[in-house]
Amino acid sequence: MSIKTIDARGLSCPQPVVMTKKALDEGVLPFVVLVDSEASRENVSRLVRSRSLKFEIKDNGDGSSGITVDK
Amino acid sequence: MKYFFSTKLGIISSGLLIGAIAVLLQYWGNPPNMGICLACFLRDTAGALGLHRAAPVQYIRPEIIGMFGGAFLAALLFKDYRPTGGSSPLVRFFLGAFAMFGALVFLGCPWRALLRLAGGDGNAILGIGGLLLGILVGIAFLKRGYSLGKKSQLSKGVWWMLPAFWGALLLFVIFRVSFTEGGAIFFSTSGPGSLAAPLLLSLAAGLLIGIIAQRSRFCTVGAFRDAILVKDFHLLSGVLALVASAFVLNLFLGQFNPGFANQPIAHSDSLWNILGMSLAGLAFTLAGGCPGRQLFLSAEGDMDAGVFVMGMIFGAGLAHNFGIAASPKGVAFVGQAAVLVGIAFCLILGLTNLERGKKA
Repeated sequence: MSIKTIDARGLSCPQPVVMTKKALDEGVLPFVVLVDSEASRENVSRLVRSRSLKFEIKDNGDGSSGITVDK
Repeated sequence: MKYFFSTKLGIISSGLLIGAIAVLLQYWGNPPNMGICLACFLRDTAGALGLHRAAPVQYIRPEIIGMFGGAFLAALLFKDYRPTGGSSPLVRFFLGAFAMFGALVFLGCPWRALLRLAGGDGNAILGIGGLLLGILVGIAFLKRGYSLGKKSQLSKGVWWMLPAFWGALLLFVIFRVSFTEGGAIFFSTSGPGSLAAPLLLSLAAGLLIGIIAQRSRFCTVGAFRDAILVKDFHLLSGVLALVASAFVLNLFLGQFNPGFANQPIAHSDSLWNILGMSLAGLAFTLAGGCPGRQLFLSAEGDMDAGVFVMGMIFGAGLAHNFGIAASPKGVAFVGQAAVLVGIAFCLILGLTNLERGKKA
């Protein structure tokens, strides 16, 4: 099964956070958020942490990373 | 160290430091309640270049150059530098110009609004209220999928352009360059533009703020936006720390003068203090961050943020050439009209750029 991917690369603040929040509110876990700036990585991680969910950051090697959010 | 500034303690220390540096700059000679003001300082810089001819507000502010330089060095050092662009640059240019109209009607950007508050200027409460109003409208658009589109990675070869631009301005101010007899570069001999901390001190203070703010992502608009939008009080704690440290240091240095009337470089026309900052708050939110954050983002290689800053410089030129900028006497009719035009621009922009974010 392929998990839902939210591509937030190249978007300005706070759109990656808004998109992550939307996915969290929909409640379907797990999902992956793709971001490509350190600030977005921090912001999305902070949001996920505030919901007491687990996340894992994987560096894709092209300047972007995938944040996998799960219970 | 790399991540210290992204922690809670990190952002609070950033706010405390920035507030203290700003108040010290005032103590060292910058205009009252104007230790750091992106709008005012870009306006002074525009004036120095002759883009407007308001003689009291012309000076290439070294703080701005330092803030860019510090953020640029920090971004390089911590591998945050990445040239990107192409997310509606022209729209961002106009947003920058209108944000400047709004800020100059209030007489200060969000940074100065906070410093004015910390200096006892009651009118700042209305300005900050207006800022919140603008941010709230911006959030309503963001929640409905407002987006200016994705930026893409640009060639690494563009990295030197903004450093060269600010570097040239640094040389102009150090050597007090004059290109033609009696022409630019202009330096105010009276008025706010003539009030300045010593050049090296201004530059060093800017550098320090640039480094701190790049690491901590300090943003005065993001602070309120994130608190309201996702109940994330991270950035807001930095902003509150700034006000607290500036307030305490102002008290200590005898720079705290509470009241509404006769505040330095301010007017007490409440309606236009609110509406001016509403326009600024909305424009900053639609562009993704406060003017400081735009400057720091441009230093990290975000060329769209760089275009926004250029838009602010352009807006400052028009604001003084057309008489849009307020004076301590108040806001002229043309200033009021410009704010309403700016708000209309932002509302139309917001309404016509919804849903695009969802397709991504």
